Amino acid sequence: MSLRPRQEERRLAEPLIGAIRRASGKLGREVRLMEVCGTHTVAIRRSGLRSLLPPNIRLISGPGCPVCVTPAGYIDNALALLERRGPTLASFGDLLKVPGASGGSLSGHLGGGRLRVLYSPAELLELARSSGGPVVFLGIGFETTVPAVAAAFLRAAEQGLDNLFLYPAFKTVPPALGALLRGPGRNLDGFLLPGHVSVILGLEPYRFLEAPGGVPGVITGFEPLDLLRGILALVRQLAEGTRRVENAYERAVRPEGNPKAREVMSRLLEPADALWRGLGLIPESGLELRPGFAGFDAARRFGLPPVWNSEPAGCGCAEVLQGLQEPERCPLFGRACAPESPVGPCMVSSEGACAAAYRYGGAEA
Amino acid sequence: MCLAVPMKVIELLPGEKARVEREGLEAVVDVSLVEQARVGDYLIIHAGYAIQALDLEEAEERLRLFAEMAEKENPGSEGRP
Repeated sequence: MSLRPRQEERRLAEPLIGAIRRASGKLGREVRLMEVCGTHTVAIRRSGLRSLLPPNIRLISGPGCPVCVTPAGYIDNALALLERRGPTLASFGDLLKVPGASGGSLSGHLGGGRLRVLYSPAELLELARSSGGPVVFLGIGFETTVPAVAAAFLRAAEQGLDNLFLYPAFKTVPPALGALLRGPGRNLDGFLLPGHVSVILGLEPYRFLEAPGGVPGVITGFEPLDLLRGILALVRQLAEGTRRVENAYERAVRPEGNPKAREVMSRLLEPADALWRGLGLIPESGLELRPGFAGFDAARRFGLPPVWNSEPAGCGCAEVLQGLQEPERCPLFGRACAPESPVGPCMVSSEGACAAAYRYGGAEA
Repeated sequence: MCLAVPMKVIELLPGEKARVEREGLEAVVDVSLVEQARVGDYLIIHAGYAIQALDLEEAEERLRLFAEMAEKENPGSEGRP
């Protein structure tokens, strides 16, 4: 199911590539397929898939990396918390190097004892117990990650921990797909839907794609063969003129998703409007604490102002995140902006479209 | 950030936890988000939590279909025992 020897994988990939070629020949035009998952972005670039596809199939990276779509103002608010004498901050490592509007990043505070990097939200309980003071978790992530964070906070509530706080910047994928279809690009022909987000969501939350104005969507896994299968399913739908939500990652995604995980998520959190870097404010595309859990709310406890968007001068991340510009077309790409000295979040995060393009190349000529 | 890997359950632990293994690497994960994990199951692990059980039969069936397609396209190309 994974880690097949390269040669074997190539042999199995050939018929899929052939089928994509045949189906794409019936299209008679260029089509733009967007992936909205940073793990897809990296897998596509690393596998060199783009070079195997017919020239009229364009793969576009969208807002697939939760770190990249976090507004700069959120980082500045987190930095302000560290500068006060107060809480310990806990974060996933992905967020550390992202610069805020002020240019500073959390990584400058590593080793100071007030910033902890977590692999799992489960570590929060022990951290809160052993820390004398308040602990704030920087809640970043899509639906894949949110249930794990929610499970940890519900357990903290059961255990009566009153020094643990959540600063949520979670994002939900389906409202962002809607915003992309209505957005300035409006020239997308299909979505490779994110495999692990869909493990939680199942198929239903994407059904609006089947309505007029929608596009086909195919839930896709992360191995090269999975990606080819997802692309083939999209191209076939486009050739047939259909617009359906399909599951091409059946070994992991059940049609109903994971109801238990969704229940845990919605016990703690409810939909709220959210600001995305690049995409702006998208209604109901974020999650905030339910009133019964307002005691966990770090923004309330520490009086944090609402987040705001601010882009570094010349940075093309906003366009890259909307699929309006290839990373390589940004004037800063590979010159003023590289992984060692990133300007924008798409180059900072290892799953950012710019970082993946820099590391693996492989864009269309 | 949505990276998740399948790992095999080798022991169920109290408090809705399980010991899991992949390629010699062991970890203890939380299994409270999935239905009834059993020893031998492959669970999809993300950030220390199991988020779903992997459907092994489906995975094998898919590979069989891929192989069948390859065989049809290019007969006798397999050349493997």
